[in-house]
Amino acid sequence: MCLSIPAKIISINGSMAEVSAGGVIFSAGLHIIENASVGDYILLHAGFAIQKISEKEAEETLKLLKR
Amino acid sequence: MKYIDEFRNKDLVTKLADLIHKSVIHDYTFMEVCGGHTAAIQRFGIPSLLPENVRLISGPGCPVCVTGTDFIDRAIAYSKVEDVIITTYGDLIKVPGSSSSLEKEKAAGANIRIVLSGLDALEIARLNSDKKIIFLGIGFETTAPGSAVTIKQAAKENIENFFLLSAHKLMPPAMEAIIQGGVSLNGFICPGHVATITGSSIFNFIPERYNLSCVVTGFEPADILQSILMLIKMVNQKTPKVEIQYSRAVTLYGNLIAQRCLSEVFETCDASWRGFGVIPLSGLKLRKDFESFDIENKSPIKIVYKEDNVLCICGEILRGLKTPEDCPLFSEICFPENPLGACMVSNEGACNSWYKYRFVK
Amino acid sequence: MNDFVSLNHGSGGKLTHELIEKVFVKRFAMSKPLTDSFIIKGSESALAFTTDSYVVDPLFFPGGNIGKLAICGTVNDLAVSGADPRYIAASFIIEEGFLMKDLVLIADSMAEEAAIAGVKIVTGDTKVVDKGKCDKLFITTSGTGTLRPDMDYISTGKKIEPGDKLIINGPLGNHAIAILGARNNMAFRTTVTSDCASLNHLIHKVLQNCKEILFMRDVTRGGLATVLNELAGMIRCGIMVNEASIPVDDQVRGLCEMLGFDPLFLANEGKVLIAVRAGEENRVLEILRSDPLGKYSEVIGEIITDKKELVVLNTSVGGKRIIDMPSGMQLPRIC
Repeated sequence: MCLSIPAKIISINGSMAEVSAGGVIFSAGLHIIENASVGDYILLHAGFAIQKISEKEAEETLKLLKR
Repeated sequence: MKYIDEFRNKDLVTKLADLIHKSVIHDYTFMEVCGGHTAAIQRFGIPSLLPENVRLISGPGCPVCVTGTDFIDRAIAYSKVEDVIITTYGDLIKVPGSSSSLEKEKAAGANIRIVLSGLDALEIARLNSDKKIIFLGIGFETTAPGSAVTIKQAAKENIENFFLLSAHKLMPPAMEAIIQGGVSLNGFICPGHVATITGSSIFNFIPERYNLSCVVTGFEPADILQSILMLIKMVNQKTPKVEIQYSRAVTLYGNLIAQRCLSEVFETCDASWRGFGVIPLSGLKLRKDFESFDIENKSPIKIVYKEDNVLCICGEILRGLKTPEDCPLFSEICFPENPLGACMVSNEGACNSWYKYRFVK
Repeated sequence: MNDFVSLNHGSGGKLTHELIEKVFVKRFAMSKPLTDSFIIKGSESALAFTTDSYVVDPLFFPGGNIGKLAICGTVNDLAVSGADPRYIAASFIIEEGFLMKDLVLIADSMAEEAAIAGVKIVTGDTKVVDKGKCDKLFITTSGTGTLRPDMDYISTGKKIEPGDKLIINGPLGNHAIAILGARNNMAFRTTVTSDCASLNHLIHKVLQNCKEILFMRDVTRGGLATVLNELAGMIRCGIMVNEASIPVDDQVRGLCEMLGFDPLFLANEGKVLIAVRAGEENRVLEILRSDPLGKYSEVIGEIITDKKELVVLNTSVGGKRIIDMPSGMQLPRIC
């Protein structure tokens, strides 16, 4: 089974998107997330975006960790 | 890589490891129930960073490992039917059934294809209308929505040659079975990606009913160490609850669209877990509206069920009662090139991770 | 041993070694350790002799094709033994129906690569088999080259001592990922190209300018993990490598993260592991980095006294774990 990694949406075509992880382009179904835009980071799992990654929360976590 | 590198920062990890060393006041045992955590912990050498009295054990978190021998046997039986193409996630092909594996059957000529997604399998069905395409649906709440979307798409397009053989399973019933099975634990490193779908609230029953601490955890080394620190603090303060470490992807109530999709297509059912036997209401099967996509409904198949190798203790390992090193077969005759049990096959299996990434003491 | 040969036996990892040991080495009374080339010693000079088969699928991939691979692979096996590659023999097994224009393209590539490497293809064989009896085209190349008779230590590593440094000439896994991308049966796109290249000129420069080179081996099928474990087994010392120093391109990393591959297990076709006496590593780096084939060279680790015959990884976050030989296939038919 494939894992799940953060990937950046680089183009959207209906309910499918092209996402980039380290420069590799994967297909991702957007069926189970909403308001996805180009530039958003999503978690890619088994060919689907399962969640958008919250930049704000990520920054909060890092700030907390660095303290 | 964004959202990966920052959480793999060595200074951050060193600092967290240091804080953990300063926080421990007795022995702790934490269980992770996600193959991704099993692999990450071993891969980054996390155990070598922890104090001696913090013990991490692996539970039934690898969807491949908990898939029973009978599922593989059924998949193999279907692969032998004329005009069938079996589509599956990669790891499953090496899992031993009672006498063969999908990999061996593929080598012998069966039409078995590896896919990254249910949608890829659906595309194969579109391109091969004269064949029956059976998609092997394994995975927990993270993966099942993908199967649900695929089935809905198949229904929308009236694709009649696409079928699902479901072994999808749910995490919370297995976690409860673990606790009731008597493993001595202080808390759980909860599966972060399952929780992106379900929300962290599905774990509330664990502190409420069993006084165990839970932290919903991400998959990078800093995530895992931060979670362990959070768990230690909760245990020290005797305030068990569910906390979210993986807040950049997990909320209290999760992904409602995915949950709606799941409940539209699937209903819960009893399911057989390797090592546990049947756990009530721990599996997913297609609802009546979608039963035409259930291959076992359309063409039930008979298999002769054989017992697993009696010496294989995958079951006890999955229940957290034993470690791979306790197994008499581990690294002697059971190793990644020659796996006897599912825990050794999958990249996420406890035995496979322990073998590949043996940490240096 | 199993009753049947499986694809896992061809992966370059543990099972391959087991097959070679138990079926061939004993029966052929081959002398150990097994090295990339066999050295035939004369009084004043020695001859290196090697052979390799190429069954890569697909035949054409970003960065090369089976023909180029067949020349580079054998040239490199000779070069890492300290030899100056001279002559190549090339045998072809061709499936009936194979496109003549593809055969011409492949032969052109071989001629081109032979010219780059400075070797001559002098003899060979051609067979055609019925359709279905071989998958399109298999090539076997054998090669020979000359070297000083006292240089066999480069293949066996017998002069290695604890403290000696390990260098790799660039990022890992590109060949494997280029092949995976070219197979085109998975839903992703990558611009990674194979690192397939003849390394003899690069290696010659290093050997000419540094007399403290103690070991070389090309890193192919089975990846860096295999070579490190082979070395640890031969020299009976331990090896320590630093994950943070091991170069891996972003796209290779991205795919490895997504598909659960380990870059240390992935195949390469233009990479050499070099062991050099401590103190000389910067000199070797300078020589390597001045060449396009060594631009991204790095010191990745060293030989250690303890942890005998084990390869230890200092992970990027400060943890420690063992690097084992890969078991079975990461990817089949990679070279």
